[in-house]
Amino acid sequence: MRQLITFIRKEFLHVFRDRKTLLMLFGLPIAQIVLFGFALSNEIKNSRIAVVDYSKDASTTRLISKIAASDYFDIQRSLAGAEQLQAAFKKGDIKMAVIFPANFGDDLMHTGKATMQVIADASDPNQATTITNYLSQIVTDYNTELAKDAGQPMQINPETQMLYNPELRGAPNFVPGVMALVLMLVCTMMTSVAIVKEKELGTMEILLVSPFKPVYIIISKLAPNLLISVLNLFIILLLSWLFLDLPVKGSLLLLVTSSILFILTSLSIGLLLSINAKTQQAAMMGSLMGMMLPTMLLTGFLFPIENMPLALQILSNLVPSRWYFIIVKRVMLKGLGITAVWREMLILTGMCLLLFTISLRKFKIRLQ
Amino acid sequence: MAPVISTNQLTKRFGQFIAANALTFEVDKGEIFGFLGANGAGKTTAMRMLCGLSIPSSGKATVAGFDVYTQTEKIKQNIGYMSQKFSLYDDLTVAENIRFYAGIYGMSTPAIKAKTNELLQELQLEKEAKTLVRALPLGWKQKLAFSVAIVHEPDIVFLDEPTGGVDPVTRRQFWDLIYAASDKGVTVFVTTHYMDEAEYCNRVSIMVDGVIAALDSPANLKQQFSANNMEDVFYELARNAKRKAD
Repeated sequence: MRQLITFIRKEFLHVFRDRKTLLMLFGLPIAQIVLFGFALSNEIKNSRIAVVDYSKDASTTRLISKIAASDYFDIQRSLAGAEQLQAAFKKGDIKMAVIFPANFGDDLMHTGKATMQVIADASDPNQATTITNYLSQIVTDYNTELAKDAGQPMQINPETQMLYNPELRGAPNFVPGVMALVLMLVCTMMTSVAIVKEKELGTMEILLVSPFKPVYIIISKLAPNLLISVLNLFIILLLSWLFLDLPVKGSLLLLVTSSILFILTSLSIGLLLSINAKTQQAAMMGSLMGMMLPTMLLTGFLFPIENMPLALQILSNLVPSRWYFIIVKRVMLKGLGITAVWREMLILTGMCLLLFTISLRKFKIRLQ
Repeated sequence: MAPVISTNQLTKRFGQFIAANALTFEVDKGEIFGFLGANGAGKTTAMRMLCGLSIPSSGKATVAGFDVYTQTEKIKQNIGYMSQKFSLYDDLTVAENIRFYAGIYGMSTPAIKAKTNELLQELQLEKEAKTLVRALPLGWKQKLAFSVAIVHEPDIVFLDEPTGGVDPVTRRQFWDLIYAASDKGVTVFVTTHYMDEAEYCNRVSIMVDGVIAALDSPANLKQQFSANNMEDVFYELARNAKRKAD
């Protein structure tokens, strides 16, 4: 046990001495969050929208003029009927449509409640969410105004419909995506490089001649990477909570447990890479090309898997991050519990055990 | 006195290829034993078997009194090893390297502290204790590597071409360290390409094509082959080799 502690301490020294790499390791998630979080969801002004007014009364006219007065919207045209909307959306002429049904004014007058329809083009989910939020704000303001005039509560409910991408794939999706990507990269790259380095230095020979157990070597190599990855996980969660307003809705414990499961799977992949790589460069390239691309492409956070050719869909099942991505989305964004993710967790556990066993055995064979 | 290393018909086959064929020799305690041979002659294979890294195909051998088939873990406790790459961690300091190698042999913390101080003093590296190994000159690295190889006070130390790439003066200084260790009773098993170094050994074995072609003290070998120096002895034996260096 004392031997193991000695070795783990040495591994931490390696990590802390290498300031540049350390900076990169923690800079990576922060840069990703900033990039995806801020650069890509800036204020959107002058969005072109269409208005269909079947009610044509004083209240709709007032609301429409309010919308028109806002900086955020540019009413492209007022359409006579909803039939024309489809074509306008398809051509990309409008980003959003607002429809007032024929009984809108009557409902509002008599019951104090009315429903309007908002349809947004969600093929760019970020934009769609942002502009529907702007609109809701205007409607809420208008509600207050009406209530003051009428001396009683008035309520207009915008009923929002996301066109083309009802699940809003993409918007909060990137946080789980960044988590999968960063954890995968850090774990595989750091691990494979750490072991190959010992081989290049010739220190591996000494370790093998010493009474130190090979499995201890593996454990010591994994320990600092596990810690760094868990720290990274918390950095990402904190950043997205503070700056992107994306708190963990579900159980934090469940999220962390499944993250550790994913981290261990990635570490095993790194281990496997290191056994086959002869130089640090080879290990680095292997992790970058071999892991980053499949993770980016086949996880589903950049491109929806359902839209892929069948062969790629099948292939994506082999990518661990795909399953992790599903877990994070369900637990973090939707707040679902273990009943919703146990299957994915089981798959990850299986992958982790399989990969770790293979790499452990291969590692031992090399020592013979 | 029982020999520290003893082999009898020790053989290692890889398929049809016999890398080391029926090696029989003994090494005494405190002896400096030179293990010579051209590249591909089977030196490394023999050494790996003695270090417990490779299980022999047939024959017998004991190292520090332990069997190479069944007691490899015991053997590992009792040997030290230094390779031609020196095998130090560049990004750790001198003291950290010593502490690490002492630590993986399971030495206690006070013992490690005492040993670290002792080594630094011996090597006159006290001022450099907190220097990264990266910044040390090659000769110092080499001495440090040897010292960490025997930090756990093993019975035997295996040196695999330890003096590659350093100048003759540094090499001579390195051999002083080897003599000092040998005086303390550590058995030194060393492979080398430098024939002047073969002269420094108590006894020398020369491997050709997987077998031991000659084994004696340098003086006796020179006499036997009527040669002026070990270079001529080696050449006399090695030129008949059939195996190409790999």
